Amino acid sequence: MSVTTKTGQPAVYNDSVVRWFSIAAVVYGVVGMLVGVIIAAQLTWPELNMGIEWITYGRLRPLHTNAVIFAFGGCTLFATSYYIVQRTCHTPLFLNKLAWFTFIGWNIVIVSAVITLPLGITSGKEYAELEWPIDLLIAVTWVAYAIVFFGTIGIRKVKHIYVANWFFGAFIIAVALLHIVNSAALPVSLFKSYSAYAGVQDAMVQWWYGHNAVGFFLTAAFLGMMYYFIPKQAERPVYSYRLSIVHFWALIFTYMWAGPHHLHYTALPDWTQSVGMVFSLILLAPSWGGMINGIMTLSGAWHKLRDDPILRFLIVSLSFYGMSTFEGPMMSIKTVNALSHYTDWTVGHVHSGALGWVGLVSMGSLYYLIPRLFGQKKMYSVPAIELHFWVATIGIVLYIAAMWIAGVMQGLMWRSVNPDGSLTYTFVESVKATYPFYVIRLLGGLLYLGGMVVMLWNVVMTALQGKAQNAPVLAVNPAHA
Amino acid sequence: MDILYLLIPVSIVLVFLVIGVFWWALGAGQFDNIEREGERILRGD
Repeated sequence: MSVTTKTGQPAVYNDSVVRWFSIAAVVYGVVGMLVGVIIAAQLTWPELNMGIEWITYGRLRPLHTNAVIFAFGGCTLFATSYYIVQRTCHTPLFLNKLAWFTFIGWNIVIVSAVITLPLGITSGKEYAELEWPIDLLIAVTWVAYAIVFFGTIGIRKVKHIYVANWFFGAFIIAVALLHIVNSAALPVSLFKSYSAYAGVQDAMVQWWYGHNAVGFFLTAAFLGMMYYFIPKQAERPVYSYRLSIVHFWALIFTYMWAGPHHLHYTALPDWTQSVGMVFSLILLAPSWGGMINGIMTLSGAWHKLRDDPILRFLIVSLSFYGMSTFEGPMMSIKTVNALSHYTDWTVGHVHSGALGWVGLVSMGSLYYLIPRLFGQKKMYSVPAIELHFWVATIGIVLYIAAMWIAGVMQGLMWRSVNPDGSLTYTFVESVKATYPFYVIRLLGGLLYLGGMVVMLWNVVMTALQGKAQNAPVLAVNPAHA
Repeated sequence: MDILYLLIPVSIVLVFLVIGVFWWALGAGQFDNIEREGERILRGD
């Protein structure tokens, strides 16, 4: 049964903004991954800089990270959170115009990043490079996002707040706090500011921000996505809804202090490093609880994995989530970190999380969303989804295996000493030894990008074939309100 | 490490905030009849 508005028209969900964010996510995904492939090629063949300062590695690398995390990941999060919160609360978005403001604001942020980062305008803080005027716009957009999201929860027609919304809510609050504290800076001109903190203090704030950004932006929010789209696509409830609640509270209670593991063996006090390590190890428990909960949702219906490529995207993303949330705590152990730190193992670890978990869960969710937003039953080409899945998965495996081998090799070469105490290898020898693995990594990245291009084509065809449609608001069954 | 005088209080305030929200959720009946809630999203929304 659908709901009618005051004028007697059938009420519809505000899906237009969801549609725009979804399309933007796919386009930014292609762009961000393309920049990633370019810089992977530059690491292999440095001549590809072509002597042009705007496309040197140091300037394109932040462009890549910003594009994939905040443009691709961010737009996917806006799209899915707006979609999920409306459906689970049985109400259109609170303040629809403000939701449009978040779309425009977020896209201005992205375009500003695309212009300023290649020009070398940067605050120099990893994953928070954008200069202060853009930081202010991010803060304003984020506050608007919080108002729309929590406002929608406030006008919900169902008493219970679905677990996905809890994850999205925690993500919105945490990111606001992290962004404001870490980006505090003293502007000296329109394009230059200095951090409010100095030296090791700045490093501590930076990685308090940096790791919690991984925890809340790239984990909590995508878990919200997982807790909605896996049950929907599998047509089965979450394996244990009770466990999903425990997962949520355990994760947010324990996340905040994992950051210092980025600063092992630095000027940071030793005990702070140990605190970071212990908290990182604790995180294994809630992470794996959530992963098992998601995968076991298919318990008794494993056959669905055989013919449903979208479900495969979602479930394989969870296996990468499990893998990287095991690898991460292990790497945070100081003795392991002594080997892995500053090597390409870290790069491999990040990408098993980014390509495997965040990337695949986003793609699976978008494949679920996009046909529905255009009034279609399924994507234009299901075999193309299948192709995308395999190309992406093989790409990830090549990427992370190459970086594991390269990283362990670098770590061993750097620490190797001769009997007289001198270093066995010069640094450049380790770079030279890494060359073949850079080529394999580039190949993996190319495959992953290729899959994304197939997705873009499939999305465009689905949009052309269908018609933009806003779904009617469904009334809550009074027996279950 | 003066920064800890900012970060540790922030964490403590946050933990109390989380406890507060958890307390509200308990009182507001968010966890009543919990397994039923997992199935709701599958029944037409």
